[in-house]
Order: sequence, then C-alpha cells, then structure tokens
Amino acid sequence: MNFNRNPWALHALLLTAAIVFPFVSNSAFVINFGVLALFYAFIGQSWNIAGGFAGQLSFGHVAFFGVGAYASTIVQMRFGFNPWWGLPVSAMAGAAAGCLIGVISFRAGLKGSYFALITLAFAEVFRIVANSVDITGGGLGMLIPMKQTAANFQFGDRRYFYFIMLTLTVLSIAVALWLKASRFGARLAAIRENEDSARALGINVFVEKIKIMTISGAIAGAGGCFFAQYFLYIDPTIVFGVDKSVEMLLVSMIGGAGTVYGPLIGAVLLAVVSELTRSMFSFQGLSLVLYGTLLVIIIAFLPNGLVELFNRKKRKEAGRLVSSTNKSGDA
Amino acid sequence: MDLTIIGAAVINGILMGGIYTLVASGLTLIYGVLHIINFAHGSLLMVAMFGVFYLVTKLGMDPYLSLIVTMPTMFVLGYVMYRYLIGKLSYGKDENILLITLGLSIVIENLALMFFAGDSRTISMSYSDKMFEVGPLLVGLPKVISFVAAMIMCGILGLFMSRTDTGRAIRAVAKERMGARLVGIDVDKVFAISFGLGMATLGAAASLLMPIFYVSPTTGHVFVMVAFTVVVLGGMGSFLGAVVGGLIVGLTESFGGLYLGESLGQIGISLIFILILLFRPSGLFGDKR
Amino acid sequence: MLKVKGLTKIFGGLRAVDNASLEVGPGQIVSLIGPNGAGKTTLFASIAGFHKIDAGQVEFSGQSILGLQVHEIARLGMVRTFQITQPFAKLSVLENIAVGAFQQFSSKDEAHAHARLIAEKVGMSSMLDQSASDLTVAGRKRLELARALATGPKLLLLDEVMAGLNPQEIVEIIALIRSIRDSGVTILLIEHVMHAVMSLSEYIYVLSYGKVIAQGKPEEVVNNREVIEAYLGRGAADQMATQVQGEAHA
Repeated sequence: MNFNRNPWALHALLLTAAIVFPFVSNSAFVINFGVLALFYAFIGQSWNIAGGFAGQLSFGHVAFFGVGAYASTIVQMRFGFNPWWGLPVSAMAGAAAGCLIGVISFRAGLKGSYFALITLAFAEVFRIVANSVDITGGGLGMLIPMKQTAANFQFGDRRYFYFIMLTLTVLSIAVALWLKASRFGARLAAIRENEDSARALGINVFVEKIKIMTISGAIAGAGGCFFAQYFLYIDPTIVFGVDKSVEMLLVSMIGGAGTVYGPLIGAVLLAVVSELTRSMFSFQGLSLVLYGTLLVIIIAFLPNGLVELFNRKKRKEAGRLVSSTNKSGDA
Repeated sequence: MDLTIIGAAVINGILMGGIYTLVASGLTLIYGVLHIINFAHGSLLMVAMFGVFYLVTKLGMDPYLSLIVTMPTMFVLGYVMYRYLIGKLSYGKDENILLITLGLSIVIENLALMFFAGDSRTISMSYSDKMFEVGPLLVGLPKVISFVAAMIMCGILGLFMSRTDTGRAIRAVAKERMGARLVGIDVDKVFAISFGLGMATLGAAASLLMPIFYVSPTTGHVFVMVAFTVVVLGGMGSFLGAVVGGLIVGLTESFGGLYLGESLGQIGISLIFILILLFRPSGLFGDKR
Repeated sequence: MLKVKGLTKIFGGLRAVDNASLEVGPGQIVSLIGPNGAGKTTLFASIAGFHKIDAGQVEFSGQSILGLQVHEIARLGMVRTFQITQPFAKLSVLENIAVGAFQQFSSKDEAHAHARLIAEKVGMSSMLDQSASDLTVAGRKRLELARALATGPKLLLLDEVMAGLNPQEIVEIIALIRSIRDSGVTILLIEHVMHAVMSLSEYIYVLSYGKVIAQGKPEEVVNNREVIEAYLGRGAADQMATQVQGEAHA
C-alpha cells in the first residue's frame, strides 16, 4: 500500500489500530500505557506546531500546559464549575498564555536560541508564582477529590480516558494536517526557513507567529486539563517543571519535527522505552538517558527525526529522477 | 526593617554573587570563543560537585583542597568532550548546538539520577560552623572562604587571558576566528582549550560550592538559570560583565528572598533574565552583535 | 510609479546612501549601477522597508510608503530579491515559489498551479520537486526571481540577479526580464553585467559612495567622465581619451 499516494489510508489504518488497542487487553497497565503514549503525542504536537512547523523552538512550553492544568482545576475546585468546563477553559488559558508570551518575545525581536531561553524563563516565573500564591495551593498543589462519574470528568474504567485522549490527539493531528495543506502552514514554513525572505514576499511574520503560538498554547493547555483529571493531583513542579518542556520537545524532535506524525512516533517510542527500562532495571531515569542520547544522535545525523528514515527511500528515487533530467543544460 | 538584616542580605548577596561570577565566567568564555550556548553547564557543575562530595566523604579531602583535583580533571573532561563530541557536532544552526547541549544535560542529569538517587547531599567540615565577623554581622566562614577563593580564581583567569600566549590566542579567536587562523593559531585546539577552561572553572566552583550548598541530580537546573542570567546581564563574552552580573544576581537573590519570602524570592533572577533579553540583549558590557 | 527623493541612510558614522533621488515610471526598466560598496543594495533595502530611513521620501504608486513595514510594502506590490540569495532551504522549488503565489491566492491548489506557471516562465519546470538547498547559484537566482514574480508584483527590485551566471544564462535572463516587463511589471535592477544593463535599461542611475553621480539614458551615462572615474579611478577618463586618440592616430 503506497501511503504517499493515499495518505488517508495511513490515517485510517492508524486510527483503526488506536481504536482497537484498548480492547486488546483488559490490563489497566496496557491501557495506561496507551493513554500516556497518546498524551505525549498530544502535548508533543503542541510543541511541534510551534517549533517544528514554524521554527520557533521553545524550551518553556510547559508554561502553557501548566496554565491549562491550573486554570481547569481552579475553575473546578475554587469556583465549583463542572469539570468538563475545564477543557475549554484550559484551552483558552493556554491560548492566552501563548499569545502573551509570543507578543512579548516577538515584539522584542527574539528568535532562535534567545527565544528558547526566554520561554524557559517564563515557565520558571509561572512555576514560582504558582508555588507562592494561595489560589493555586502554593507548594502543596491541588488535589481533586476522587468521584468517578462521567459528569465529573473522572472514570473508573480507564478506557474512557483513553478515548477522550484519542479524540484530543486526533484533533491535534487534524490541526497539523490542516497546517500542511493551508496557506497559513506554508507561510509558517517560510518563516521557519528565512524570515526576511518571508517578509519580502508579503508575509506578516509577527502576526503569523503569534497565531501559531496561540494555537500551540491552546493545545498544551487542554493537555493540562486532561492531566489534572487523569492524575487528580497537580503541583508547581509537576505542571510547570522543566521536565515536561523537555519531553514535549524530545518526542517531537526525535519523531520528526515539522511532520504530522512525528510527535506520535516519538511518544510511542518514549512510552515503550520508559516501560521497558522500568521493568528491566529499577533505575529511575534510564529512559531519559537513552532519550537524551537519541536526541543528540538525531540532531547530529538525522535532523529531520525518525520520520526521515521512512522518507529516505522516497527521496532517493526523487533524487535519481531529478539528476537525470538536469543533465540537459544546468550549469 | 532592621539594618542588620539588610546588612546580612547585602553581605550574603555579595558572597554568593562572587561564586555565581565564577560559574558564569566559564559559560561566558565558552560562548565568547565558541559561540556555543552551553546548556549542559549546570549539569556539568553538578557532576563536579558530586565529585567533590565523594572526594570529601570517601577520601577525607578538604573541599577547598579538592580544587587541585577537580580543576585539572574538569579541564581534561572538557577538552575531551569538545574534541571528540561537541566539536564534531557544532556545525549548522545556532539552535542545533543548543539542542545538543540540552540533550547532553538530559543524559548527564539522568545518569546522575540513576547512580546517585534523588536526595540532596551536603558535606560538613570542622570549620563549617565557624563565623566570620564583618562589623556587627556574623557570616559563615566557609562562605567567606569560598567568596575569596572565587575572586582569586576569577583574577587568575583574567590574568591568564591577558598575560599568557594561550590567553591571547583565545582572545584572538574570540574576536576574529578567520584572522586568527590566518596568523597561524590552531583554532580547533583553542576551542578545545577554551571549553576545557570553562569546565575547569566549574571544577573550581564545585569545590567552593560544596561547603556552602548542597548537591542533588537536579542542582544543575538552578545553576543553569543563574549562570545564563549572569552572562546575559553582564554581556556575552565579557568578564567584567560576569563580575558585575554575578554581583547583581547575588544581591537580587538575597533581597528577593528577604522581601518576597523564600518561594517568591526566586523570581528575581528569572525576571532579570527576561527583562534583559527584552530590552538589552547585549547585556551591560557585551558587544552589540 | 516609484519616486525616491533625497533618501539618506546612515550607519554609525557612515553615510551609506547620501541624498539619493530616483524615479521609475510604470512599465520601465531602470538600472542602478555603481562600483562595489556604493550603497546600491542599501538603497534597495531602504526603499523596500528593511531599513529606517534617516531622511528623504519614498512614494510608490502615488502614496508615501515611509514607515511602512516590509510586508506591507510587499503587499502594495513592490517586491525585492536579495543579492545573496535567501531561499527557503528545506522547501522544494515549487513550495518556494508558492510562498510568493500565496500573496495572490488563498488555496494551496491555486497557489501551486500559479507557481507551476511561473516556474515554466522562468525555466524551472524540471526542478520543481528539488529541494531549494540543492540548487546551484544560478538556480537560486532564478528562484529568487520566480518567487518575487509569483506575488504578482507591480514593481520588482532585482538585486544582481545575473551574478554568477554564464553567458548563455545571461542571455536567457535578459529575455526573461524583458518578457516580465512586457507583461506589465515595472523593473528596477541593480546589476554589474554591463552589456545586460545597456541592452535592457531605458534609464540608468549611477551610485558612488552613496551619492547619485550620474543619471540618464544608457549612451549618455556610459560616456560620462565621473562614471568612468567612479569605476576605474581618478584620471581614468583622461587616460582612456588619450588611448583612443592614440589609436586613432596609429
């Protein structure tokens, strides 16, 4: 089956596999694995659309995640709203944070490494604030009391969480697909490659960057809400700590930054490696050692991520075709 | 507020600032010469601090004397790291090397987590509790020793850079890479030496920090932010900037803790970092690149 | 179409462009020439909005564009190319040109279709799927031109679009530029390839040390003493005159 000619076949195949997955086994462990893999694919996609598609590498994407997690939890716990409201609230909160940080950073003309570092600093500021104010519970964090009913956005059977996460992940993939097919996405790619040229061709670089940061923030924010409902406990270190920023970046870069399925590939790989290392060795952190090493290797040798391995064959053939037609007169 | 408390905060800020300057000087050297934003700076410091920890607890060495061991070891480590790893990978976009050093820091931190587990370690020496008098104020002796030693180290580094041939070669490469190559300077060797020197300062800083701080696998995070802030505040590549920056950061941290409390007080450093990047990215003394 | 009056751009202590004025009428091909370092690219960049101008006026299609941002000026119809090419490296030739086309079309299909047309016009149809980073210098120059053309511009500022081309390619580009003009686009070019400048231009401005030292029809400018001296050095005009006389006697 040639997926290049018929990409919908690929989408359908993956979706079917994903839908069937939680019924393959009754084990909570397997389903949890699936939820986490999808979760990382989802928040990874948030990083991916800003970092991979638009070239704005951020080291502080957890800021949007945490804002969403706290927004939805606060709205539930402090204001008594139904937890399902958390989803739109967290998405909007994340979007607002993305927009704000984007405006501040891009107004000042920050790009590349400076942008990466300032986003790290912003996330740290958010973490410190969350650690210090009452409404977030300060350093103690916030606990969501367990009451497993559908109306309360909590489920005893994890399969329900799985399908919610699957829906969210499918949405994030749809966003990525839309970017690939739209003018907006093409402009972001231009911005990523060369901002001055993009400007000279009529692209309002500032506005486009803000737009993508906003969308990216919304996705990460929604991820925060889900996280809170799944684990029922959040605190500043967990939802504003640098670890999540790193994970969002890792799954995308390793899977393939700027590709639609990169974060999914990266997330599945991370989940598999995590489980394997946890069961084989009791060392905490081995999976990240492997992952960090993988990142270094990828940047050095496979900057387009693992996806490139799949594309290599296609590229070789295209290359051969092109070089034969070029012989006719190209200097 | 009581003058003595403020006075204590000032002293504390200055003392810690001196050490931050030392940590940051390695980073600014590496950036100034190699144009590498070394994200692994913090985690490498952590490794060195663990080294000091074991030298002290297993071999009974005095932490300040461990300088003799840590500095050369870190130098060699840095030299080798550059020659065989980073040097080979640092082509292409600026962000690539940032990502690579990020990857390295992840590997280093998690290896530390695997081998040392998450708890913090501290050391204590016979003189850990001794106090030093500064007017009406009492300051911990180790802190003072560390500060003085840090200033001496910075001074030595400064002299090295201005008086020795190698130091001059390094400055030449930092200013004009191609020109340096053309006058016969082995630029790759200078890069490796510079990276090694940067690591050596971390070795020194580790020996000076262990008596007054703690180490755990995540200590790196704290120092990365601090080091970057000092460097960015002072100006990438400026040593005077590192001194001034270290001082300002140390004082900010001290007063932040005093007026905003332990938790919110940490915000000062991140805020300085953000503000500098937004309004004066070349820092106080850096060249406007 | 384009009126520049007294444009001055200062960098630190250096007057890169000093009180320069020029005019380009609709449908014209006008050239800007001058020795290296004369400030030609800086002038282009200033006109197109990449630099803040220190003094002077720029009017495009009758309205002042001073203070407008680069992309706003581009959307008004003035598009520049870069002397040192800046392709979208990881994108294919087709995708590169399409970025320009997206100025006029909102759907990917339309933009790609238009990009193909432009590619054909420019002679790049066989390279559409190639990555822009694989192109030769000549290919990249052509790509710069194609990308700018795809935006449907009213005025093209072409910066040394012929540098690095072989004679055959130059002939092709000259024809291409003419046909672009014939399709209704006004062109202002910076160029060093003299015979191309002579054969294409209706009017020439000569820039030296940031100042416009001469302007006029090609035949007038080429014999202008100051122009010769700007390129070849002081006294060169006289030397050339004596040489010619010497040859005439011999």
